[in-house]
This record gives sequence, C-alpha cells and structure tokens, in this order.
Amino acid sequence: MTVAQQPEALNFECETGNYHTFCPISCVAWLYQKIEDSFFLVIGTKTCGYFLQNAMGVMIFAEPRYAMAELEEGDISAQLNDYEELKRLCLQIKRDRNPSVIVWIGTCTTEIIKMDLEGLAPKLEGELGIPIVVARANGLDYAFTQGEDTVLAAMANRCPDKAPVTETDKNERNAISKLLNFGKKKEEVVQEESEYVDHPPLVLFGSLPDPVVTQLTLELKKQGIKVSGWLPAKRFTELPVLEEGYYVAGVNPFLSRTATTLMRRRKCKLIGAPFPIGPDGTRAWVEKICSVFGITPKGLDERETQIWAGLEEYVKLIRGKSVFFMGDNLLEVSLARFLVRCGMTVLEIGIPYMDKRYQAAELALLEQTCKEMGAPLPKIVEKPDNYNQVQRIYELKPDLVITGMAHANPLEARGINTKWSVEFTFAQIHGFGNARDILELVTRPLRRNNSLKDLGWDKLVKEEAKI
Amino acid sequence: MKLAYWMYAGPAHIGTLRIASSFKNVHAIMHAPLGDDYFNVMRSMLSRERNFTPVTTSVVDRNVLARGSQEKVVDNITRKDAEEHPDLIVLTPTCTSSILQEDLHNFVERAQLEAKGDVILADVNHYRYNELQAADRTLQQIVQYYIEKARKKGELVEGKTAKPSVNIIGISTLGFHHQHDCTELKKLMGDLGIEVNTVIPEGASVNELKKMPQAWFNLVPYRELGLTTARYLEEQFGTPYVDITPMGVVETARCIRKIQQVINAQGADLEYEDFINEQTLHVSQAAWFSRSIDCQNLTGKKAVVFGDNTHAAALTKILSREMGIHVVWAGTYCKYDADWFREQVSEYCDEVLITDDHGAIGDAIARVEPSAIFGTQMERHVGKRLDIPCGVIAAPIHVQNFPIGYKPFLGYEGTNQITDLIYNSFTLGMEDHLLEIFGGHDTKEVITKGISADSDLSWTKDGQAELNKIPGFVRGKVKRNTEKFARDRGFKEINAEVLYAAKEAVGA
Repeated sequence: MTVAQQPEALNFECETGNYHTFCPISCVAWLYQKIEDSFFLVIGTKTCGYFLQNAMGVMIFAEPRYAMAELEEGDISAQLNDYEELKRLCLQIKRDRNPSVIVWIGTCTTEIIKMDLEGLAPKLEGELGIPIVVARANGLDYAFTQGEDTVLAAMANRCPDKAPVTETDKNERNAISKLLNFGKKKEEVVQEESEYVDHPPLVLFGSLPDPVVTQLTLELKKQGIKVSGWLPAKRFTELPVLEEGYYVAGVNPFLSRTATTLMRRRKCKLIGAPFPIGPDGTRAWVEKICSVFGITPKGLDERETQIWAGLEEYVKLIRGKSVFFMGDNLLEVSLARFLVRCGMTVLEIGIPYMDKRYQAAELALLEQTCKEMGAPLPKIVEKPDNYNQVQRIYELKPDLVITGMAHANPLEARGINTKWSVEFTFAQIHGFGNARDILELVTRPLRRNNSLKDLGWDKLVKEEAKI
Repeated sequence: MKLAYWMYAGPAHIGTLRIASSFKNVHAIMHAPLGDDYFNVMRSMLSRERNFTPVTTSVVDRNVLARGSQEKVVDNITRKDAEEHPDLIVLTPTCTSSILQEDLHNFVERAQLEAKGDVILADVNHYRYNELQAADRTLQQIVQYYIEKARKKGELVEGKTAKPSVNIIGISTLGFHHQHDCTELKKLMGDLGIEVNTVIPEGASVNELKKMPQAWFNLVPYRELGLTTARYLEEQFGTPYVDITPMGVVETARCIRKIQQVINAQGADLEYEDFINEQTLHVSQAAWFSRSIDCQNLTGKKAVVFGDNTHAAALTKILSREMGIHVVWAGTYCKYDADWFREQVSEYCDEVLITDDHGAIGDAIARVEPSAIFGTQMERHVGKRLDIPCGVIAAPIHVQNFPIGYKPFLGYEGTNQITDLIYNSFTLGMEDHLLEIFGGHDTKEVITKGISADSDLSWTKDGQAELNKIPGFVRGKVKRNTEKFARDRGFKEINAEVLYAAKEAVGA
C-alpha cells in the first residue's frame, strides 16, 4: 500500500485477485466520445478486439473513432518492423479521420513483447504532425476504469504549462479565464470575473459527460469558485493550462495515477476530498474545495436537505436493506458511503485496487457516515476472489448484490437481487442533480420485485448449485 | 499489423471455452490477464444462462511476467478440482500465454497428480486458429482423450447398438440457434426411427464419450464444428459420417437420403422416400411457398448473402434454388475453408466473396443495391445505413438472435422458419408488387431523406411529383438511378419525362 499504517477502524482485506472486471482498454469507449477530436488505436490482439466489439455493443457500428491495430504473428516474432507498421496504420487514420490526437493504448501483448511505444511515439509524432499520446491500459496492471486513469495521466503531460499572455492582458491576474473567455468583450469578462472570489486557479480532472461538467462547474460557481479547466476537455486542442502551484481536484475515485502525475510532474496541489457522488459526497467535495481556498460555503446545508427530500420515495425502498459490492470499477467506496447515508447496511465492499492516500477523504467520510447512521463498518476487500464472494453471498443473503454481468443472471436465478455494476460507470451519477439517477439504478431490482411479488418465481434453478 | 474495427470470428480461446462450457461438469481455466474472462459475460447475457459459467482465470499479472506462473496455475487447477469436482478441467491458453511460452503441459501434468478429475491442455495456438477452428480442434481433442482413456481401461464399448443410432456432433453454447436445431434434429431422428446415441458437446457428460463408437453413424450438422471429431471416429472405428447440413427443403432431403444409404449399408432396411415426400409436400410449408403467388413476386429480386460457411452456403442455395431469387454474391468469412464454400455456392450466385473485412462487404452491398441482405449483425447495420432490410443468418450475433421461442434453422420446421425470415426481409413481395402497379399510396411531400442536397441536378415540380408516386422503399434507388441517367446524358433538369425515359432505358 502507498501509505504507512494509520489508525483505522475500517477493516481492509486482500484476496486472490480472481475476480471479473472489464479490461481497462474499455476506457476508449467513453473517452473517444468525450474527446471529440481524438482517435484511439488499441495495439493488441484479436482478444482485445473481441472484447471491445462485444462490450461496446451498438457503439461499434456507429463508425467509432477507435480501432484495433491487430498484431499478427510477424509482429510478435519481430519479423515486421513495429515503427513501419504503426506508421502505415497511423497514416491511414490521419487520411481517413484527420484527428487532432492519436492515443495509442498499449495492451498486455505490447507489454510482454516490450514494444517501446513511448519511444516510438515522439519519432512518429514528428513525422506525422499529429500528437501521439501513449497509455498503457493493460490487464496485467489495471482494472476497468483505471484505463481512464492511465490515459489522463498521459494527457496531463500534454497540458500547456503557460497561459499565453498578450500585451493588453498583462494587467489581468487570471490569464486562463481570459483564455476561456476568448472572444468576449472586455467589459463582460470583467463583470463575470467579479462573480468569483479571488483564488488560485483550480483545474478538475476526470472524464464526465458534458452536462455533468456544466452542473459541477456551476455548483462551484455558486461558491464563487472558478473552474479554470478540465482534464480532459471536449477537444484535445483545449486541454487546460497547468502551471506550477495550480490546484487540482479529482471527481472520480479511480484517478490516482493522474493525481500523482499532476502533483509530481506538474507541481500542482491536490485537494484531497470525497468524490461528488451522492448529495453527501457532493457537499463534502464542495466544502473541501472551499476550505482550501478559505471560503465559507453558503447554502449547502439547505441544498443537500432539499435534494434528500426529493429522494425520499427512493430512499424508503432501500432503508434498512443490505448491499454487497463484489467490486470491479473502483466507484465502490463512494457508492457504499452514499448508500449507508441512505440507510442501507453495506456487508462488503469489494474493490479492485485501493489507493488509501488518494481516497483518504472518501474513506474518512465513509467511516464518519457509518458512525452517524449507526451502521456497522463494512470490510473492504481488495483484489477480491469472486468464488469466495459468492459463498459469502449465499451465507449473508444480501438484499442487493452489485456485480458484473458474469454473475448477475446466475445470482438472479438463485433468488438474489443484483444490479449490474458497469451501469454506474456510464450513467450520470455526479453532483446534487444526479443522486436520483444512482438511486434509480440501485432500486430498480427492488422495484421490479414489487411488481413481480406473489408470483412465487424466486428461485429458478433446478438443482441447487453445488458449493 | 492490421487496422481492424470489427471481426467475424473470435479469438481461439473463445472456441475452446465454448466447447468446454457446453459439456456438463467440465471447467475451463484460462491462463490470461485480468479482463479476458469476457466469455462469462457473453454466455450469461446472450444465452441468458441461469448457472455460473464454469470458466475461471489463472490471472497473469506483473508477478507472473517477472517470475513465471510457477505454482499459480497448478494451484488454481487443484483448487477448482476441490471446489467443484469437475470431471475435466481444460487449461485454456490465450494470446498472452501464446507469447509467454510457459510450459503449460508441465503444469497440467503436475496438477493431474493431485486433481481427482482429469486435466488437459487445449491444443490451440492463438496466432494460428480462430474461434471456429479452435472449437473444432478442442472437441476432437476431448473426444480422443476419453476414447483413449476408455480404451486403456478396457471400458470402450465397440459393438454397435441393436437399432440404428446416431451421434449428433457440433451443438454448442453460443452457437447460432443451436439449441433449437438440436431439438429439431432429435425429432427428425425420432421420425426416421434412429436412436440418438449421444449429442456432443452441449449438455453431454465426458463419461458418455466412451459410448460414441456404438453409434451407426455420426451426423455433423455444421461445417465449422465437429468434422475433425467425425473424421477421427471414422478413422478409429470406421464409423461413417453424414456432413450434409439439413437446412432447406432440398438439402434436408439430401441429408436424409445420405443417412438412409449409410445405415442400409450396415444392414438396416429403411426407406425414407415416402417420409421425405410427405414432409416436403405437407409438413414443411416451404415447398408450397415456392409455388405461391407471394414467392412468385420475389422472382429475380436481388439478394446478397454473407456469413459462416454452413449458413451462407445453405441460404444461398435456398434463395436461388428454392425461391428463384437472384443471389448477386454470396460470401463467407471462413477464409481457411474457402474452397469448400466456392464449390458449394458457385452455381447459385453470380460472384463469390471470401473476406473477413467488413468494410469490403459493406462496399459490396452498396455497390449492388440488393432488395435484401442475409448476413450477420454487422450486415444488419450496413442494411440499416443503406435502408435495405436484413435477415440475420449467422454469428456474430446479439442477444435478439437467442430467441426464447422455438426457431430452428435445421430440419423441416427449420424450412418454415427460414421461409418466414426470407419473406419478411423482402419488403413483402405481394405488397411491393401492388404498390408498383398502383404507383404507391405514400404521397407525403417528403421525397427522400436526403432530398437533392447531394445532387447537382434539379428536379422540376412534375418530376418530383412523379418521383413522389414511387413507393418509399425504392424511391431512393430510383432517384439515384434517374440522376445517374440524367448526368450521363447531360440533362440539367429532371422532369417527369426524364424520369420515365430513365425507367425505360435503365429500368430505374
């Protein structure tokens, strides 16, 4: 683990790592949509391609801006020249799609054959005239959402380090806001500036759908905090400026490498906060940012209370019920914390990887929430073993299991309610306004049960599964 | 390196896993990195499996990379052996283990010392075989393993059954309509007075495999899966096999006649002609459909066919031979078995297309503008883009191709299902015909979705009005053809006259 022992009440365990999760290359699916001028080239085998093709479902047909560079036997045995091969494919991509950036996703195979992608990229970049970003999002090292982490960590190195300052703007303190307000009349800019408190520039990191970006940006604006940029932005050409001393804050729990890169390479200051998932998380996130900038938050109490009131119809469905996270996307701690606040008992939090330092504030909030709600502290199982977990599920009989598709149908057939975990990664779950969406997902199996109850169709397997 | 967006056949390990998880009480352990167990998701979602997919991973991570798997694979095998007591554990290599070149054979031998069940290593190389070839090989490997094991123990049952009997080889999980085909084949065998000795691999126990030699013959319904096994059994026991896919009326009859020949050669005295006649004329509706007015209106309509060898070849023959439809090209992605495909379909289509490049197929579809496409899910999407209906006849497939209702493609009920599929894919032959006669009933102002925006030609009011009368689903095509006609002849404007001139000249 990254941090020395600190007094903990939470119980951390580590199992065998034999669990089901998505391969981290799946991050191309949402990142190519987020970064509109990008092209993602996954350098791997048929196995990678097959996964992407099946996991992305219908997206694959929509002329996606991603493709496989499928390695053949000649590539593996180095009979073909990697550089020449990649050049050929990237030229074709440039010709057909003309992207502003090509992101190479390194895979297990490129790791094993030690293809020097980081070395090849700058050379080819020079020749091609298109930036090439290398991210090693492979299954040897990472799980699912960590793929985004590797891409954003690589992108963090591409953010401009100086805001372009023109003659007339020299008197402006905040050059980035000038940049963002490019094209607006000066008076307007000045007027808009005044809505913000004077604080050092803040850049947020984590890929979120644009509507959520707007919501969170406005949430901070209400406190007079200006978001100078997002990593990633809508376009690669709009990556935010990162100067030494800028503040950064993460919006997702799986971005520890990005956070590390921002701190160590870009000399930014990380605001360690709980993540803005659920109204409690959002409030804590905003409060923490405010406290760092010495701002007294206004109106957050009312805002949170109001959101909770609106959620009551959902909360009453899950209050007092138990939930078991099998663990596959690293959102588990934040979601568990929110569900405890909703009155649920969390039996186990499975998680692929636990960065206790990056998630410190989130873990503290979980602990505090459990105390306040009088709920038992859940055990956190890193690198879980799905087989053992299923045995524990049989024993504990949770009201809800949050799990991957591989286990969902078999558990349902045994009368155990499940929610597909991957939906939490694709649904909009951040900020005050999206708390309802989380509960919409969480309560769906329970609402389904309410419609189907009294039919007597709970267990639908003939022979009870052998244990 | 190859730039690829879409692939028709999956990687080799998928084939092995399909075979392993089709058997009862067989567990597969993949030697693979985290996230490669996507097979479990597919099986659980596509075929809506109620049971846990018996596939686990012995995870290859950084430590394995640095030091080799060492005890890990052996431990995982023996652990699974103790937890689930499978009859057989199949250690499954992936692309990753193909390049790591660890001595998986050795792991299997060591694990076998401790495990109560059997342990084998699937003999498939990721870089040499695709999903279909690997499935075929793995099935043969498992059969051979248990035949040899039984032989060594003296448990092999070599005498034939008293009554004619058959092994049905090649029904597997995640196969296109395999479950329904299996039911239909069993029923057909029942009707023919043939006992079903075994069905493999779906639902079979490996302990049944030793009785395979008892069957009088082997039936291999699919070209891609089971032939290697059938050839092995022929070589070992002289068991003949029938590899005519009973798909379509003519082929089903051929298959049954071949079965008759094979079992009569072994001393039976069965005569199936009356059965074939009765089924063809009165049970299957496909023969009658061919005579009906509906089908008459499909005569000469253009279609293209693409899929695996089995389904694309059978559909091509049905369309051309049984319905009089003009198959412009038929294609397969089974490049490794292309000669067979060519030989099967050459006389039933204008052109044969052998490729696994979906872009080339999309272009070929756009080029011929067929009235209907019969292909995989990928071709269905091409059809959507070009506004051409598509019937899905082969994997790769989505969850909607695992219907709950009974929908075999094989046997006599299969002929009915295929007839429906074909007929519903073409824009209802009779309706289409009547619309042409009456000039359509669709008189909305909108002419085509992309009205003239991409065209350098202008349509006069009366030209547009005439175009408007053409039924919606062919309007785009008529418009394109007319414009081409006008361009070729240097017309700047298209009025009703030009439209009809084009119709006369090029059949637009």
